[in-house]
Amino acid sequence: MTVITFIQHDGSERMVDGDVGLSLMETALKHDVPGIDADCGGGAICGTCHCFVEVSDDLPAPDSQETAMLGLRPDRADNSRLACQIMVSDGMADITVRLPEFQM
Amino acid sequence: MNMPMGTSVPDYRGMSLEDLDVSDPRMFQYDYWHELFARLREECPIHYQPDSPAGPFWSVTRYEDIVAIERDTETFSSEPSIAIIDPEPDMILKMFIAMDPPEHDDQRRAVHHVVAPRNLQEFEALIRERTIEVLDSLPEDEPFDWVKLVSRDLTTKMLATLFDFPWEERNKLTKWSDMFTSDVRITAGEGYAREVIIEHITACLQRFTELWHERKGDGKEAFDLIRLLQADPNTENMVDDPLTYMGNIMLLIVGGNDTTRNSMSGGVVFLNQFPGEMAKVRQNPDLIPSMVSEIIRYQTPLPHMRRTTTRDVELNGRKIAKGEKVVLWFVSGNYDDAVIERPNDFWIERPSVRNHLSFGAGIHRCMGNRLAEMQLRILWEEALQRFETIEVVGEPKRTCNLFIRGFTELPVKVGRFQS
Repeated sequence: MTVITFIQHDGSERMVDGDVGLSLMETALKHDVPGIDADCGGGAICGTCHCFVEVSDDLPAPDSQETAMLGLRPDRADNSRLACQIMVSDGMADITVRLPEFQM
Repeated sequence: MNMPMGTSVPDYRGMSLEDLDVSDPRMFQYDYWHELFARLREECPIHYQPDSPAGPFWSVTRYEDIVAIERDTETFSSEPSIAIIDPEPDMILKMFIAMDPPEHDDQRRAVHHVVAPRNLQEFEALIRERTIEVLDSLPEDEPFDWVKLVSRDLTTKMLATLFDFPWEERNKLTKWSDMFTSDVRITAGEGYAREVIIEHITACLQRFTELWHERKGDGKEAFDLIRLLQADPNTENMVDDPLTYMGNIMLLIVGGNDTTRNSMSGGVVFLNQFPGEMAKVRQNPDLIPSMVSEIIRYQTPLPHMRRTTTRDVELNGRKIAKGEKVVLWFVSGNYDDAVIERPNDFWIERPSVRNHLSFGAGIHRCMGNRLAEMQLRILWEEALQRFETIEVVGEPKRTCNLFIRGFTELPVKVGRFQS
């Protein structure tokens, strides 16, 4: 079981179990974790599930669409990702993501 | 729909696909566009129109096709213009909405922060104050024009607030915004001539340049959009490049004007058409944010954006040559039942309600989305608290513009709660 830790901008933490096949964005919505808007529903075309990956094993690199959307974020960092593009896979290591101050 | 004598709704189902005219703004003025786009989505989702006042163009009408194009910015460029008409060569303003990466990304990032939710919190109290003033001054139990007294007045005041624009001159902002989007070729001849538009753009630039210089270095806290631009190292010298400064100002004015204004009017119309939804939101005001998203979908205040192909490309079996205009009909995608369940219903508890195309998709997605949502949320929070009834009491008049879906007049009567 992969445990996903969401750290809010105010520092509060929430740990939830990941379901294989769901994205981190879907996982957050499923457990009512705030801080992720997910306007477009998972297509990497809105950028409102921006997160910073703090702890993880190697993840597949972002594709060109995700990179393009991340490029618009004024608060982009090296560990920026869209939560809708990180899928929980079988045997995946635990992962910790920090959420930004706001989504837009 | 009160059409004038001698005009009639085209027989969209009866005519051949080649003869369908997707360029006539009267389809929005008289609100008969549904059938046109329904047929295009069903039978000809990538449609070519060889002749129109704006020249030949392609129409893309299905949700998924629009999204696919928005993802492929290399093939479907936003340059030279996102409007169906080409810009005049001597007045190409530098707007990031009409740029491709990487320049687009740098320019957009530079001004993004001015409408970031962090700054919006600062604006929220002011916007609420203005909203309350406007609503409290409305006449009681007699018909008035909601467009004039609420939507127009409120968006003008909000724009003036955001720019800290001289209060007594604020109507200029709305006028400039209307001018910029009223080319005769997309308004069935009702718009303004090029010379008049240029005259106003020049006046606008002049006024904003004065304001810039008045404010530069005056030591006041960066609270308005001009000072926010001055405060950021990326944009602190923007005034030295008038085409860029004007481009950004214009984007902020137009982007924050018709869109919000027409959604403010649309909401009243929809809640009157669907009284069950009005009852729901009255019972549970927590539904207001969700209702706001549904209003924005249902209205789709900017019905399209245009892209231009950078190479020959095949889309759904249609071959589009390099250099052609491709118009993405967000208004059609927002009513595409392949993606949107029961699209013709105004449904404030809609699942995935934020999943619409009114803000566009991909890297050009509306930068002011959170500001727009906040303005509409505040309007409805305050209106529903004050008014026991908000009644449409006459036929709305709609805007004759291919680029704007909106209202020019909306007779409404309100009744206040008796305390």
